[in-house]
Amino acid sequence: MMPPRRTERLVVLVILAALLFTPPLILLADRPAGGLSWLAAYLFVAWALVIGLAAWLLEREPKE
Amino acid sequence: MDRELSVIVAAFGYLALLFVIAAWADRRARQGRSVIASPFVYTLSIAVYCTAWTFYGSVGRAADAGPSFLLIYLGPTLAMLCGPLIIRKMVRTARAQRITSIADFISARYGKSSRLGALVALVALIGITPYIALQLKAITLSHAVLMHYSPVPTGVTSAASFLNDKSFWVALVLAVFIMLFGTRHLDASERHEGMVAAIAVESLVKLVAFLVVGLFTVFMLFDGPADLFARAAAQPQLQHALSLSAVPGGALGWIGTLLLAFLAFLTLPRQFQVLVVENVDERHLLRASWLFPLYLLIINLMVIPIALAGLLLSGTGSDPDSFVLTLPLSAGQEGLSLFVFIGGLSAATGMVIVETIALSTMVSNQLVMPLLLRATPLSRGLRGDLSGWLLGIRRVAIALILLLGYLYHALIGDAYSLVTIGLVSFAAVSQFAPALLLGLYWRGACGLGAGLGMLAGIAVWGYTLLLPGFAQSGWLPMSFVEQGLYHLAWLRPYALFGLDGLDIYSHSLLWSLMANIGVLVGVSLFTRQSRLEQTQAALFTGALTEGIDTAPLWQGQTTRGALRDLLKRYLGGTATSRVLAEANATDRNTSMEACVASADGENAAAMDASASPQLIARAEQALAGALGSASARVLINSVVRGEALDREAVLRILDSTSQTLEYNRRLEQKSRELARIGEELRGANERLRELDRLKDEFVAMVSHELRTPLTSIRAFAEILRDSQDMPDDKRAQFLEVVVLESQRLSRLIEEILDLARLESGRLTLHPKRLDLVDLTRQSLAAVQHPIEERGVHLEAIIDLDEAQVIGDPDRLEQVIINLIDNAAKFAADQAPRVLVRLERHRGHIRLSVEDNGPGIAIEERERVFEKFHQLAQQSPASGHTRGRPRGSGLGLPISRGIVSQLGGRLWVEDAETLDGASLIMELPDAPREMQAS
Repeated sequence: MMPPRRTERLVVLVILAALLFTPPLILLADRPAGGLSWLAAYLFVAWALVIGLAAWLLEREPKE
Repeated sequence: MDRELSVIVAAFGYLALLFVIAAWADRRARQGRSVIASPFVYTLSIAVYCTAWTFYGSVGRAADAGPSFLLIYLGPTLAMLCGPLIIRKMVRTARAQRITSIADFISARYGKSSRLGALVALVALIGITPYIALQLKAITLSHAVLMHYSPVPTGVTSAASFLNDKSFWVALVLAVFIMLFGTRHLDASERHEGMVAAIAVESLVKLVAFLVVGLFTVFMLFDGPADLFARAAAQPQLQHALSLSAVPGGALGWIGTLLLAFLAFLTLPRQFQVLVVENVDERHLLRASWLFPLYLLIINLMVIPIALAGLLLSGTGSDPDSFVLTLPLSAGQEGLSLFVFIGGLSAATGMVIVETIALSTMVSNQLVMPLLLRATPLSRGLRGDLSGWLLGIRRVAIALILLLGYLYHALIGDAYSLVTIGLVSFAAVSQFAPALLLGLYWRGACGLGAGLGMLAGIAVWGYTLLLPGFAQSGWLPMSFVEQGLYHLAWLRPYALFGLDGLDIYSHSLLWSLMANIGVLVGVSLFTRQSRLEQTQAALFTGALTEGIDTAPLWQGQTTRGALRDLLKRYLGGTATSRVLAEANATDRNTSMEACVASADGENAAAMDASASPQLIARAEQALAGALGSASARVLINSVVRGEALDREAVLRILDSTSQTLEYNRRLEQKSRELARIGEELRGANERLRELDRLKDEFVAMVSHELRTPLTSIRAFAEILRDSQDMPDDKRAQFLEVVVLESQRLSRLIEEILDLARLESGRLTLHPKRLDLVDLTRQSLAAVQHPIEERGVHLEAIIDLDEAQVIGDPDRLEQVIINLIDNAAKFAADQAPRVLVRLERHRGHIRLSVEDNGPGIAIEERERVFEKFHQLAQQSPASGHTRGRPRGSGLGLPISRGIVSQLGGRLWVEDAETLDGASLIMELPDAPREMQAS
């Protein structure tokens, strides 16, 4: 079984990821930077952040 | 032609390599040294999600629609992050129930309904065939690009006859490959280890190939990313290429596509296959849930650079879907482009292999087998071993699915770009999501609702995506799309009910899911579930609850022989004996003869023995692994007579989980309480026993004490009666003894009565205010004479003028006299002295009576207050007693009882001035207001 705390943290992480990947937050990043939009760069950074958090969350505690 | 040859050699060489890997992994699996039991292999096998659509289509979509291609991977990232919650539940249930495909899963959830399973299989077949066609198209196109680079007339392949059509041969080769690896075992839930290993390798190949072409583009064609982006930014037509405005449907379309990818990732048959069916160990999910998003991130890193480079270098004329190939080709890199071709091939073949296996399992288990079983004469006609038939059905299904894919590709595939076909398929399989996900979390979702909801959803999907696609292929008039059915504007497929402004996929997803969920929920709320359905619903929704019994037991009657025949017919001899042996190994409760039967296997008598519920359940599981749960149930029903399900079991499962836990908690609380009460009772019992013992002792002592004077009275009385000639003085002396002993006896009885009254609380005192000084003097006066007569020197030190206390004067006097008398008894033999002292001590009046006797040892000090306790008379060596009157042993207990009833204390200490013991009585000062009154 997943420890309840880890389940809670994971759920919050999923919500965070969903917020980061959807409007209106992505609208903030949709700005031109010397001609091209920042949007793609922002998405990759947010994506990497979410993956990093997930790895930290799921690998940190010893598996049951 | 030389190039043609090398390409063909490379492609077939690659497929042969896969073949070898798969064979090797299968052999390892048979030896019990699985190569796929690792979270990394698991992650790579999930990466079958990245098809040719990713490999070629992402670049195309990035060029056309900006960053929206990322949504196809962000959706699965979210889904995979939920993996430890949602997918784990699916994995656990699927393992417990031997689920073989998503159709089987949904059918099992809704009471093993064969109709629902067939519906899911049909929808999957319709929805996925274009997707397979897409892979064939990708292989053909990429091959064509590789061969005829320069002008790329895409229609050239379909114009040729099908024998010259490469995709036909590709489909054929793949069909053979899949038949060889997908249908080796019958039990589909027994994992295709070889296939998974091959898929994992393919995922690595496509990842490396894509990264290599990306790095080549960025660093060989351009001077690093900075140069590429600077040059792209300088192009005015690329100004908005990466912004949200390039995304069809804008912000709403963004969310719609994200949701679509999220749902499709969970419901695509091939994803279900690798995620759930091929999962070796549930714990792999934990690592895969971040590793797989990482894989997606890496494979997408190079998409934008390649798309931008392609747009910059090739101009607008060429097809963005083939930028991945045309870029290295334009630079004259033959070797690299061949490697890229192999990468694309691996992406396409991986998808086709897994998807076809998943679909063929569904078709054989959910479509063909139920029909075969229903047509009873037919199934009776098929005598003997049916397991070969099953494999045959599955192989034919594989061939037919690939043929369907080829036909779709050949006939209408050219009308769409790659990404379009993929999204249409996504929208189709998303119709499984409500039944799947609601079914996992809502026990009330019922099969009828799920089926009708899916029908409604797929109908909307067909109207809003499939038919317009046909129209664009020229099969239907375009007016249907532009003006709606019968020219009704509100029926326009891309703007249903006038809903405009969304991209076509979000639009379709919105309406179809709304219809699907609406019908599912609505019907479920007004339908009664069958008992089997209730059981299955409880098992699925409670899958992650610990301790739930996942396999409902059968309550029917059948013989072991009948079961064995059934299994043998559908699974073959070896599988059957394995199942029976396993069942016997786990089922130790079976009778001796059944165990014997398992030893020789053919014992006729044992085969007539009735089968245990566990064995029936195991047999059903084994059949479900091969035929799907619905068919397995029909077959078991055909041999098992009587009640199919134990009603108790159903109720137990339904009421289990939270309620059971609650009951457990309460029971535990109760038992703890009981234990505490038991402890208390034991303590009380101990005390009662002790009291009982004390009472016995008391009675014994009382009788003893009463008998002593009585005996002497009787003895003297008899002497007086019998000796008539006794001298008078003697007679007078004897009579005196009789009188004394009688007095002693009546005093004793008086004391015993006092004690009894004290202990029962019936001793009535008459407390009033009194001066203890007066009372002490009065008592002293009373005992002075008799005590001095015994040679004891009695003195008193009274420092107080008055000492007001509340007390019963008679009783208190009795206590004081008793204390003095007692002290006199224990005073020293030589020059005995007794000292009475009255003083005030911390708000109390304290009367202490000291003697110069031997004192009382510390451990004896409390015992002197026990009834009938008499200190051992000292100095037997002296041989001389001072004629002390023997006490009854009740004086001190009575005194203490009286004093404590008056609110005071009585205890023993060492004497202060004299050498012996000191008995101290302490009474509280009388309150002042009483004084005033």
